[in-house]
Amino acid sequence: MRLLNAHLGLVFVFLYGPIAVLMVLSFNKAGLPTAWTGFSTEWYGALWADETIRSAALNTLIVAVFSTLIATALGTLLAIAVERGEGVHPALDALLFAPMIIPDIVLAIALLSFFTLVQFTLGLHSIILAHVVFNIAFVCAVVRTRLRGFDTSVLEASEDLGASPFQTFWRIRLPIILPGVIAGALLAFTLSVDEFIIAFFTAGAGASSTTLPMRIYSMIRFGVTPEINALATVVMLFAFTMVFAAQRFGRGVVGTP
Amino acid sequence: MTLRFDAVTRRFGTITAVDGVSLDVEEGTFFALLGPSGCGKTTLLRMAAGFEMPDEGRVIVAGEDVTARPPARRPVNMMFQSYALFPHMSVADNVAYGLKMERLPRSEIAARADAAMAMVGLEDLAGRRPDRLSGGQRQRVALARALVKRPKVLLLDEPLAALDRQLRLKMQLELKRIQDETGTTFLVVTHDQEEALVMADRIALMRGGRIEQTGTPRTLYEAPESRFVAAFIGITNFIDGHAATGGLAVAGRTLPGHRVNTAPGEAATLAVRPERVRLGGEGLSGTVREVVYHGGESAVHVAVDGLTDAIVAKLGAGDPQTAIEEGSAVTIGWDANDARILPHDTDADKGSPP
Repeated sequence: MRLLNAHLGLVFVFLYGPIAVLMVLSFNKAGLPTAWTGFSTEWYGALWADETIRSAALNTLIVAVFSTLIATALGTLLAIAVERGEGVHPALDALLFAPMIIPDIVLAIALLSFFTLVQFTLGLHSIILAHVVFNIAFVCAVVRTRLRGFDTSVLEASEDLGASPFQTFWRIRLPIILPGVIAGALLAFTLSVDEFIIAFFTAGAGASSTTLPMRIYSMIRFGVTPEINALATVVMLFAFTMVFAAQRFGRGVVGTP
Repeated sequence: MTLRFDAVTRRFGTITAVDGVSLDVEEGTFFALLGPSGCGKTTLLRMAAGFEMPDEGRVIVAGEDVTARPPARRPVNMMFQSYALFPHMSVADNVAYGLKMERLPRSEIAARADAAMAMVGLEDLAGRRPDRLSGGQRQRVALARALVKRPKVLLLDEPLAALDRQLRLKMQLELKRIQDETGTTFLVVTHDQEEALVMADRIALMRGGRIEQTGTPRTLYEAPESRFVAAFIGITNFIDGHAATGGLAVAGRTLPGHRVNTAPGEAATLAVRPERVRLGGEGLSGTVREVVYHGGESAVHVAVDGLTDAIVAKLGAGDPQTAIEEGSAVTIGWDANDARILPHDTDADKGSPP
């Protein structure tokens, strides 16, 4: 037992040690990652003052918001369609999960080739579409777990009491699965915010469609600066918040009796 | 006629769940569809609600052919076996839901919902969510939610199956009271013959997608027209033999009984209820094999020469004959009017309750 606890401790150190170091160094006064010279928040200030980072953050936000909205709507409908009736063919099931498993680099190349083939202009809109592709799969998977064990007799009851199929969807089905939908949306948003490879491939040229991860990548080519540490800390805290929120909703605020 | 099934048939693949059933349910009756699982009673109910479409035949409610109408546009409402309460709504919102769908004025919705909740004793729970209610309370919400719509027919799918025995007995009488008060026609599906006997004005006993016999509880219990009905409702002694004038010929004797749908010489079964069998007097002689004490009554099992099964006689608690000892010789008999000679039917006991 003690050995197991020691093992668990090591795992946590291994996982979170580097992150802790990064967070501490983001408050380092000196511009070098090697020596601690005193506490300072100046790098957070520098971050805020940097116009290119601000516009990259805005781009990331635009991509995340729109790809999340589209993927949540489509993924939820897909989940409802798939969970209806007597289950789905295993092959279709595998296809639904594929975008989660396919290596990002493959998906990135495939999407770029496709956009080029159909002569689609590249920019923020193409990143949004590319993110929708894999986000649908994640939203669908999360909502499906919520739909399993869904007592369909409440839908029949709603119709029996005079509701149209449309009313039944908005007043009964959606509110009951809403925690799953929100959890799926939060997950999609988080994935979109820190996605690099696919955005990098489908962004096209120019700073106008540079997202935050792409900006960090270009900065890091000149070495790790405390500014990057500060940025990484901000991004990470944001991602953590989203994941905790998603878990909370995933557990379900509204229970079926 | 509030509800009429006109030769309705429903098939699922190769299985015919409901096979050409015609049935009339008169206004204001408490009508029970009774039968073993898989007999088609729930499918019939769901065709009245509109959740199943008949392959053949018509469903008529209050004189209107509703066969092609969706559930939302039928003047009937259903109480589901699982209750199907909306988990994200309070009791009051559950009850008011159907009225909101009718776009009634807000004041009327509130008044009718309050009245419906009062009728089932839910006034104090109006603000609760379904997951904070007991099984009995949920059942009342489901009932109020359906009744508030003032349906021409209220359809109830195994309404008491999810409750424990004590509560079930109480709710049987409660349902009957509410049906009396509202004057609504109730069509209830149940597999529990006792429930049907207690609650219903009329019962249709179903078997293999068809109706075996329709009648009052008393008719079905006292005058079954087939062995299946006699076996499904209550407890019956069966003696196999051949129909004869004045009774049933078996092992060289003629046992007294009243012939139903049988001609002399045909293979037949005599059915007699245990409470109609008397000990002593003129009749068959046998040996007491067992006396089973049930509290309010005792069952005396008597083995008779030439008959395969022991005949059971039911005695009340105050009957001095309950003191009879196992192994002693007795005579048993019954009035010819209390025994029915029914057509032979080997499958009749299948699917009957234990």
